[in-house]
Amino acid sequence: MSDPAMTETRQPTRTKAFEKRLKARYAQERRFKVFGLFAILISIAILFVLLGNMTINGIGGFQRAELQVPIDFAQSGLAGDQRSLSQPGAIQTLEMQGLPQIVQFAAEQHIGEAGAQQLSEQAWRDVAASITADPSLINRQETFWLPSSGDLAMGMDGEGSPEMQALASQLESAGVLEKRFDWGFLTRSDATDPQQVGVWGALKGSILTMIITLALAFPVGVLAALYLEEYAPRNRWTDIIEVSINNLAAVPSIIFGLLGLAVFLWIFPNLRSAPLIGGMTLALMTMPVIVISGRNAIKAVPPSIRDGALAIGASPVQVVFHHVLPLALPGILTGTIIGMARALGETAPLLLIGMRAFVATPPDGFTSPATVLPVQIFLWSDEIDRGFIERTSAAIIVLLLFLLVMNALAIYLRNKFEKSW
Amino acid sequence: MTVIHEMDDTADPKMRARDVSVFYGDKKAIDDVSIDIPTKYVTAFIGPSGCGKSTFLRTLNRMNDTIPSARVEGDIELDGENIYSSGMDVVQLRARVGMVFQKPNPFPKSIYDNIAYGPKIHGIAGSKNELDEVVERSLQRAGLWNEVKDRLGESGTALSGGQQQRLCIARAIAVDPEVILMDEPASALDPIATAKIEELIDELAGRYAIVIVTHSMQQAARVSQRTAFFHLGKMVEYGPTDQIFTNPLEERTKDYITGRYG
Repeated sequence: MSDPAMTETRQPTRTKAFEKRLKARYAQERRFKVFGLFAILISIAILFVLLGNMTINGIGGFQRAELQVPIDFAQSGLAGDQRSLSQPGAIQTLEMQGLPQIVQFAAEQHIGEAGAQQLSEQAWRDVAASITADPSLINRQETFWLPSSGDLAMGMDGEGSPEMQALASQLESAGVLEKRFDWGFLTRSDATDPQQVGVWGALKGSILTMIITLALAFPVGVLAALYLEEYAPRNRWTDIIEVSINNLAAVPSIIFGLLGLAVFLWIFPNLRSAPLIGGMTLALMTMPVIVISGRNAIKAVPPSIRDGALAIGASPVQVVFHHVLPLALPGILTGTIIGMARALGETAPLLLIGMRAFVATPPDGFTSPATVLPVQIFLWSDEIDRGFIERTSAAIIVLLLFLLVMNALAIYLRNKFEKSW
Repeated sequence: MTVIHEMDDTADPKMRARDVSVFYGDKKAIDDVSIDIPTKYVTAFIGPSGCGKSTFLRTLNRMNDTIPSARVEGDIELDGENIYSSGMDVVQLRARVGMVFQKPNPFPKSIYDNIAYGPKIHGIAGSKNELDEVVERSLQRAGLWNEVKDRLGESGTALSGGQQQRLCIARAIAVDPEVILMDEPASALDPIATAKIEELIDELAGRYAIVIVTHSMQQAARVSQRTAFFHLGKMVEYGPTDQIFTNPLEERTKDYITGRYG
């Protein structure tokens, strides 16, 4: 045992060379950890920059320049009672009774002629909406904040003509011009004037389109995945189908738009721009994603569960619907989230089937003309009027929030169905 | 192949296999096996790994149907009725011939639902009360009732391995089968849980025909009354357990029993 060479051969894990290798191994592990951490930090940083940038730019889009206008309806000569003012045609009645002029006159009295001229042409509609919502206003005095013209709004931001900038700062110091939070942005639809636009039309279009997409892609995708995994024989035909589905998931989305244009709009020529057609087109795109993730989720269900159910006499359909599907559902939902998130952000195929039209009223249903949020963002980003820049950012925030709500719902459902075995 | 025919209780066997061969694709996994499974006894299949004993067990309730490449030749009868004939419904067959697997595979559902699932799909229990009774009776027969009666709502997968296996046995007997097939039911369990399973098999033996595949010769000797020795896809010898272990007729059986190979 005193022979050192002997000791070395007997204890190969106690040599110098081994210790050196051991150190190198640990160093390699540390390096790997640092690289991983670095990658994650970079992704988080990019995410924060993106979200921060959007929030800073977009927050202004939820505000608009508004002028203070007190109106004394008791002296205005407007006539109407509770009943007539809550009827559908009330706004036209008010217009005929001279409400626009009354608003204009009240504005001149309060903020001067130059300021009153910068009241938005549509400002009286806000007043009319308040009256129809609360007819008792007609006997009272009320102070309104009404949208200014786009020129004045730009003056307020230190842009546009010098006269406007001067007028804006004068009105601001008088306390009659303010940037105020614009709730109407969430309830109005597209307009030509950035002071008057809203996202509700596009948001509703997106919601309707997503409903159609989900209603078509989810059942078809899940049933296709179930059939391919549980029933289809393994042969050349199913191989071809599998390859086709995988390729379908990788097809550029604009191709699906062409397909929608060529097939769906050929069958339903009257439904151009409708959420129904948009949803059908996006469903084509989403379905392969659901099929692929669904097949993986179904494959991951342990065969022992199938055997257990079969061995007590469950029929194949019972095995699928009582055991396999419930266990695969979390995985299927994950795929559905990914597919739906992609569909929600999709612009190109919808442009082709005409969902880029200027739609100033929110869609009534699945067959009325509509646009969707990403297309609306695309359209606004193309506008020359500088007032649209902030509105575009605000619409992006609305889109991201919609996405978050949709994903949160899906994750909640997924966790509810998640089971361990 | 040696079959001892003077066994008194095989006069009216529960299951009868004649010239059964099983193929996986072109490969012959079981070669020409004939055997009678008695009604009230435990029959053990022993043999080295890969000898086909599990494959043969799975032909008895047609679980091989789930493997697309598997093909069965020959006749297997349950009470005189060919189970591979077109008149035999596979769902009904599996309700009559239950199975317990090597690895405990409770459903990721509550203990109650694990047991109640079979009776529910077969419409055995009409009302909630009847179902409660079936669940209690099955768990009692499986010797699990006292351990789980206060937590029937808990997940079956939260039980220990041995309890899970007894839950699976309870699940199999809940549909009141005539035959229970057990595929190495204790091989994934510790010795204490194994002893409990073996006791349970003893208790169930009078009520059901039980066929157990095991790689443990001691287990076969302890629980079974009939033993069949499989080797390389063939059934080498079949007879009373005592005789197989003390005085086998075939040289290969003797070699295996004495540990010379396998």
